[in-house]
Amino acid sequence: MDTARSTLFAKIWDRHKVVEREDGQTLLYVDRHYIHDGSRRAFEVLAEKGLKLRRPDRTFGTPDHYVPSSSRDISAIADAEARAMVETIEVNAARHGATVFGLRDPRQGIVHVVGPEQGLTQPGITIVCGDSHTSTHGALGALAFGIGASEVAHVMATQTLWQRRPKSMRISVEGRLARGVFAKDIILAIIAQIGAAGATGHVIEYAGSAIRGLSMEGRLTVCNMSIEAGGRAGLIAPDETTCAYLAGRPYAPKERDWESALAAWRALPSDDGARFDREVTLDAAGIVPMATWGTSPEHAAPITDRIPDPSTAPDAQRRAGWEAALAYMDLAPGTPLDAIPIDRVFIGSCTNSRIEDLRAAAAIARGRKAVIPAWVVPGSGLVKAEAEAEGLDAVFKAAGFEWREAGCSMCVGMNGDLVAPGQRCASTSNRNFAGRQGKEARTHLVSPAMAAAAALSGRLTDVRRMLAEG
Amino acid sequence: MEKFQRIDAPAVAMAMPNIDTDQIIPARFLRKPRQAGYGDFLFHDLRFAENGAPKPGFILNRRDAAGARVLVAERNFGCGSSREHAVYALWDYGFRAVIAPSFGDIFFGNCFKNGLLPVVLPAEAAAALRAEIEGHPNGRVIVDLETQRVTAPSGKEFAFDVDPFRKHCLLQGVDEIEFTLGLADAIAAFERRQAAEWRWL
Ligand code: SF4
Repeated sequence: MDTARSTLFAKIWDRHKVVEREDGQTLLYVDRHYIHDGSRRAFEVLAEKGLKLRRPDRTFGTPDHYVPSSSRDISAIADAEARAMVETIEVNAARHGATVFGLRDPRQGIVHVVGPEQGLTQPGITIVCGDSHTSTHGALGALAFGIGASEVAHVMATQTLWQRRPKSMRISVEGRLARGVFAKDIILAIIAQIGAAGATGHVIEYAGSAIRGLSMEGRLTVCNMSIEAGGRAGLIAPDETTCAYLAGRPYAPKERDWESALAAWRALPSDDGARFDREVTLDAAGIVPMATWGTSPEHAAPITDRIPDPSTAPDAQRRAGWEAALAYMDLAPGTPLDAIPIDRVFIGSCTNSRIEDLRAAAAIARGRKAVIPAWVVPGSGLVKAEAEAEGLDAVFKAAGFEWREAGCSMCVGMNGDLVAPGQRCASTSNRNFAGRQGKEARTHLVSPAMAAAAALSGRLTDVRRMLAEG
Repeated sequence: MEKFQRIDAPAVAMAMPNIDTDQIIPARFLRKPRQAGYGDFLFHDLRFAENGAPKPGFILNRRDAAGARVLVAERNFGCGSSREHAVYALWDYGFRAVIAPSFGDIFFGNCFKNGLLPVVLPAEAAAALRAEIEGHPNGRVIVDLETQRVTAPSGKEFAFDVDPFRKHCLLQGVDEIEFTLGLADAIAAFERRQAAEWRWL
């Protein structure tokens, strides 16, 4: 292999090979393993086999899926099975010596918000977690991907994983974003272009001036939804933004180690002329605020568009997919997206619950009134505290939004925060699958600013109009 | 782990692309204990009405779907959430092989860990196979891992690729964790090297 011209992905991969078999299977070392309240099954597998956690010092977690958003009191979880999920992670962590930020710890939150926030997620390392949105951590230049429960158990027992080297794909977004257009719009535009399976089998590197221009929060949003494009992982080369973000975080390298780490991180970006298996380019200036209209993230379109007509679909399968999606969503072809009425709004999830997301939503909500129920669920206890210190909670409450406790909440509804059957929710999360936010719930994925705009108007709304008014 | 070698069984077809793991098993069932069995949760909200009655139009509720062990699906089957419960549900219901033009990556890996064989066939081949199944209710499909061939009810054959290591593990029912524990020395050596080079980790 031409090591002189290597990609960011290849550099991390090559550094983490423990064993490479002739058939191409590679035993890859895992630097950090994140766990959450859904990881119970893997602990069971470990117990069934009588094995112990090999590296408790490399294992970190927090309950997120099943935690209540109404309170930090575990007894607020009415469902006994759900309560047991939250309790079990703390019990398992204590038994095995892993670090877990429990429900009452201010550092608790969605695991994909907490990892970067604590400085656990770092450039050049490998991270896995039994959750598909582990791709989020690639924003800091880590190779991070989701795995299933059997693989989680394998990592617990061996700190390694068998993997076949994925293909590489570079998505370059060049130019400047217009006002009112955010990281969420970039990734929705990418998925609309390449499709929900567009990056299957590939690790995506996001590049280009528009990506470099994003804050760390924006980069986390983009990498988060790599899985919605089918990608195994998504990553962004570490740069000054990355180092500035990590400096001083609790688990970031300190003092002399910090200098050595910086030197190692600077060598990570893809070399000039490095080859990718696929290249895709987007023009940032052409991206406008996006919304989804169907039940796959690839059913995304500019807010200025109309719902497409299935008879114009490129092939029979897609036509059937669009028809089923429109039937589920109860929407007619040709309807302008900004004419779609909305029943409720959810601002949160590992895609868009960080401080910048809350600031963007608050900037729209400030001094206005929501006309439908709207929830704001910060991604972690620390994000919540920071937002409160800035007075964002007061802005939201004055605008009639509900300000809640950190967790996954209505992104997936495992904690009982559900969208009612038939209701239409403008959501900053990442999946608009049928039934994702509740049985027969209808989801429209948007950016935090767009979600706030929908809360104020009661329909999907081009947030740029509200910016102009403001 | 249970072995997979060859299966000769009735098949069903689902032509919808992007069947995500939330469809295969809705989130509210994930907290159920594994021992309870997940077969009844498979495709739950597509399969059952609010009152629990089977929805007549859904493929698994058709009389000719009884005993199906092979599922022939469309592009990007099993995309979305990493929940391995999607595989448990398919397995517990009775499926032993799923055939599609492409799969969600995590789901694809999860299948191998549980003795369920995912087979990638080109889109045209998968479509041809689905058309045959639709045309031959109770038609049997053979999936042979050793020879890497799928045989349609008409006898038409399709070859498929499979990773050699995964094939070996499935054919022999190898427990991957046991296998890797046998490489403990290599893992420890890696850890020593890393501790010297990247000591901040
Ligand atoms: S916020 Fe949603 S997508 Fe993210 S980890 Fe939680 S449930 Fe999964």
